[in-house]
Amino acid sequence: MTNEHDLIVVGAGPAGLSAAVTAADSGMRVAMIDAASQPGGQFWRHPDENHLAAFAHDESTGHHHWGRFRDLRKRFRRAVEAGAITYLPGRQVWRAERDGEERVVAHTTVVTGRETRAAAERSVAARRMIIATGAYDRQLPVPGWTLPGAMAAGGVQALLKANQVAAGRRAVVAGTGPFLMSVAAGLADAGVEVVAVCDINSLARWAATPWRAVQEPGKLTEGAAYARTFLTKRIPFRMRTAVTEIRGASRVEQVVLQKVDANGSPVAGSERVVDADLVALGWGFTPQLELAVGLGLETRTDVDGSLVVVVDDAHRTSDPAVYAAGETTGIGGAVQSCAEGELAALTIAEELGSAGDARRTARLRRRVARGRRFAIGMHLASPVPPGWTDWLRPSTIVCRCEEVTAGEITHAVRDLGADDPRDVRVTARPGMGWCQGRVCGYPLSKLVEAETGCARSAADLEALTKRPIGVPVRLSDIADLA
Amino acid sequence: MARTYDLVIIGAGIMGAAAAYFAASRGLGVLVIDRGSIASGTSSHCEGNLLVSDKDLGPELELALYAQDVWRSDLAEHADVWEYEAKGGIMVAPDDATMAQLRALADHQRAMGITVEDLPGGAALREREPYLSPAMVGGAFYPQDSQVQPLLATHHLLRLARDRGARVMTHTPVVGFARSGDRVTGVRTPDGVISADVVLNCAGPWSGEVSRFAGDASVPVMPRKGFVLVSQPIPVTVHHKVYSASYVGDVASGDADLQVSPVVEGTPSGTILLGSSRERVGFDDGFSAEAVARIARAGIELFPALADLKLLRTYSGFRPFCPDHLPVVGPDARTPGLWHASGQEGAGIGLSVGVAKVLAQALCGEETDLDLAPFRPERFDEEALHV
Amino acid sequence: MSDPVIRFDGRAIPFREGQTVGAALMADGTSSWRTTRRGGEPRGLFCGIGVCFDCLVTVDGQRDQRACIVAACDGQDVRSGNPDEPLPLPEEDA
Repeated sequence: MTNEHDLIVVGAGPAGLSAAVTAADSGMRVAMIDAASQPGGQFWRHPDENHLAAFAHDESTGHHHWGRFRDLRKRFRRAVEAGAITYLPGRQVWRAERDGEERVVAHTTVVTGRETRAAAERSVAARRMIIATGAYDRQLPVPGWTLPGAMAAGGVQALLKANQVAAGRRAVVAGTGPFLMSVAAGLADAGVEVVAVCDINSLARWAATPWRAVQEPGKLTEGAAYARTFLTKRIPFRMRTAVTEIRGASRVEQVVLQKVDANGSPVAGSERVVDADLVALGWGFTPQLELAVGLGLETRTDVDGSLVVVVDDAHRTSDPAVYAAGETTGIGGAVQSCAEGELAALTIAEELGSAGDARRTARLRRRVARGRRFAIGMHLASPVPPGWTDWLRPSTIVCRCEEVTAGEITHAVRDLGADDPRDVRVTARPGMGWCQGRVCGYPLSKLVEAETGCARSAADLEALTKRPIGVPVRLSDIADLA
Repeated sequence: MARTYDLVIIGAGIMGAAAAYFAASRGLGVLVIDRGSIASGTSSHCEGNLLVSDKDLGPELELALYAQDVWRSDLAEHADVWEYEAKGGIMVAPDDATMAQLRALADHQRAMGITVEDLPGGAALREREPYLSPAMVGGAFYPQDSQVQPLLATHHLLRLARDRGARVMTHTPVVGFARSGDRVTGVRTPDGVISADVVLNCAGPWSGEVSRFAGDASVPVMPRKGFVLVSQPIPVTVHHKVYSASYVGDVASGDADLQVSPVVEGTPSGTILLGSSRERVGFDDGFSAEAVARIARAGIELFPALADLKLLRTYSGFRPFCPDHLPVVGPDARTPGLWHASGQEGAGIGLSVGVAKVLAQALCGEETDLDLAPFRPERFDEEALHV
Repeated sequence: MSDPVIRFDGRAIPFREGQTVGAALMADGTSSWRTTRRGGEPRGLFCGIGVCFDCLVTVDGQRDQRACIVAACDGQDVRSGNPDEPLPLPEEDA
């Protein structure tokens, strides 16, 4: 076991980074565990800092709030150099455990290649833990979505921001939510012809709660910038439209765009076929909750249908030694995540004996509350409507890993009596492959809901998120634990 | 619903499903009731083994051989839907001393009616299992050991039962028995009473708890926890169920402490399942790094190629066991109207259809293929009854 | 000094230092490098951030590496995935 710390921060995205530097500034001994080889998480994913000269464009290309990241990065590097932060990049926590009153343990594994640390050095202990594991793209299956060239919107953006590679030449961006605009703008700036941006919802939904939109004036500026890009590059933006089929022999060649009704169901006869070699699909985000579920933390279903960790207004979870910040407590974006991480770290610092800063804490709480109000508005404006299941065919793959089709899932429900998502999973096997249901979990639970008429509960979602082995670990590394 | 069922089965796991199928096939009016979804208990936390190789001489082995026959013959037409695989089992010895013990065991087993083929050396072993560790000195092959996919088996048996008129009620807990004097006349649920001529307790490791609705006339079924590790999918590498000679000893022991003995097998989906562990920790379903790590280590000793594979998930299940390691099967002499079919420990999937077929005979008043006396539910009370 | 390359199924593919194997392949126009067990269908990048495990590829003899997060290195031997390729047999003791 490596030296005991005051705080373990899991994840070096906006929330984790903010928490770690705040904690270090307060004098805490911090351990930062992150899967990537450099800080930034998903939101600030950028080219390898060791090779910036090799890239054609500046590392900030395509980024927002880059100044804030540069500041955090500088403070982070200083704290690591000073020994205040023990930095473990390229490692993931596959399990977190409580071990006594004031002790949380994180068991880590290497992300790529062979294990490099001795068995005794793979676990880290501390008095407190902040879970800042972020989120990943939420997906919905569509006929042909397994063709190469159909990608998660976040993956398209990671390719752009970290590698400065465009995933295709003619792109359709589809799904719902403001993230689509960010991806489309990034692609267009990289010279990709964006043939259409399709949102299944109507922008009029934002008009329903205008007071939420103005909570984040920064977001309005961002939106205006996208509108400008869309106008200058002539990117068609289509509301109430969805991709209902992707076609091609061995990769994406054509995309079917279709109008949808108020429920999100495709409208017959409204199909348009466009040529494309890239489809970027984005339906919001799913928080990464396996560590929280493994610790037995209380969870709930958020406004966007995601399972999130329940926290109080200091971002303390149901376990007093564990905090959560960022997307794991509710999808809210980078600026929100930074505030939450800072707030959690300040609270812990005070708990562990530092002098508190009541004004700073109060300011952060107000910031977080405001951000939360905006996020709720965002979710309400861009929901996943129920009608999407209508574009599935019996042969449509729902579980990409195990190649389980929609037909096999409905067979399990209708003919085999499997009446909840967990039962369907163990019987028909969606979610039993490499990714352990991360990609198909949401659509599976929605599909079972549609088939059974029974709404899925937080308990259902928890059952699908229960992963004692949080990320794949080599069997010989597991054997080393005994 | 004012109807009186011939049979109400508590538990929609493999035992309840098999019982429903055989009873409904005989024309009995059957209801299966479960507080959760189908197979939500042990039946979805196991491996699906159908073994004779680990059974002791006596009623358990008789039942196991009988059940094998039911899977293979009575249910032959459904073999594909639940991935029935007569893959055979191989017991391996890591040293000469164990090999000698294994030989003696094999002779004994042959006398009991189990088919055993000696694998006298490393070459013979690796002809059947090329990826076995070169350190294994020999083994024994049991062609009668086979495999089904337990979720498919449970769901399909219930489907077949429903096709024959059975009803299934999930997400409905049984909160007590309906009584008329001594007699159990049905089950009580939050929505009311469901009447039955016979109530059959198939609640797996929770059978003890359910049986306590009958007060003192309970059955001592207790949970014995076991972990299973699931690897990434790979091309076919392990062809049979492969286990160490220490497996048999562990199955038979009653120790509460953690015991680990390797069992490795492949699955049609390409994953490798690694087991096995036994410990008595009540219903604590928490993760145990020690159990999981020891299973991994023991599995790698059998198959070195496993070392580099990724572990994708682990799960644990509770085997229902009785103090004498025999199941409880049949009518409870202490409580008219209450029957039990539980306590099959780690052999639940395998034994289920054998128990079910015999139970259906008994329910219809026929002579049973097997003597049920050794499995009588009241046997633990007999000391007391004699006093 | 020549530009760095990875070898993909023997073919030299240039890349920029700091890019991932997946990015190098995509930039070269290769969008799939694996076929699925059941349907034999081509797969490449999907989620792009290491969550979906669609992009598995063999790198320098190590199977099942995620192309989207493995950094490309000069001279790397990258091989497309064949789901039926057997594991190497254990070596006999001397």
